[in-house]
Amino acid sequence: MKCKNIIEEISSYLDGAIDPALRAELEEHLAKCKRCRLVVDTCKKTIQIFCNSDPVPLPDTTRSKLHSALMQHLHQAKQIRHE
Amino acid sequence: MLTCFGRDATSRPFHMSTPKLTPVGAKSGKKPPIPLSQRTPAPIDDELQLVTAARAGDITAFEALVSRYERKIFRLAMNITQNREDAEDVMQEAFLKAYEHLPGFEGNSRFYTWLVRIAVNQALMKLRKRRPGQLSLDQEIETDEDSFFREVEDWGPSPEERFDQTELHEILNKVIAELEPPFRIVFQLRDIEELSTEETAEALNLSVPAVKSRLLRARLKLRQKLNKYFRRGESS
Repeated sequence: MKCKNIIEEISSYLDGAIDPALRAELEEHLAKCKRCRLVVDTCKKTIQIFCNSDPVPLPDTTRSKLHSALMQHLHQAKQIRHE
Repeated sequence: MLTCFGRDATSRPFHMSTPKLTPVGAKSGKKPPIPLSQRTPAPIDDELQLVTAARAGDITAFEALVSRYERKIFRLAMNITQNREDAEDVMQEAFLKAYEHLPGFEGNSRFYTWLVRIAVNQALMKLRKRRPGQLSLDQEIETDEDSFFREVEDWGPSPEERFDQTELHEILNKVIAELEPPFRIVFQLRDIEELSTEETAEALNLSVPAVKSRLLRARLKLRQKLNKYFRRGESS
């Protein structure tokens, strides 16, 4: 397996969605190639960093706009259902 | 321990050979990032109860669902539209639509996945309105494959520990905003919102191979962009 082939398989490898024989071949290459190892390692970290990142709290104005619009709509909808 | 990769062990098991590629934080002996599964505020059972109550007209239950997911839906809308005002509209429209269509929600997927799909539709409509004729998710985008091997450097064991939360958010927002929409949206749904490849394909009306291809390139492009912040020795 060549370095260029590694790139095409990184996603499947990191997702565990790779054929076992191909995985073995890929890992054999990684064991020998530091550059590919770094690409795979930093790609894995990229996913983890985004994945572990909590969304920031909503700005107060955004939150209050959302909740007042929802409350107005929800109470109206409830009234209509009961009529 | 579950990691982001292992949260859905059936569809996304993570096989990484050791010792060469150890999990983030493992080498430093420091605590690794908390897996999302442990940060989720409540179990799915609780979500089902809230959804059932909301369907029966319990506004408080629906409010609880809104409070639970408003931050994530806002982040999703921001990442797709890249515009705060649009993101606010998208979030509001998504929750209103979800409430309106709640009686038709059959529970075949998680409520959150269903909500994400509604929000994505709203966000894409907004984006298309803002840039008519410019956004086509299935367009082919040429990528310089050779560039993926440039800037290959060690990031050290855990780049997350070198930045505070605010700095990290700024970096992540900046790099994701630089991605072309077809890559950005697929990455958002697949790796941030954790939809499966099939769910992502369905939500975006793309084929499964197209989702896989965009996801691969999105991951590689983001890796490349983050390299300048996270390479060992860089702190800003």
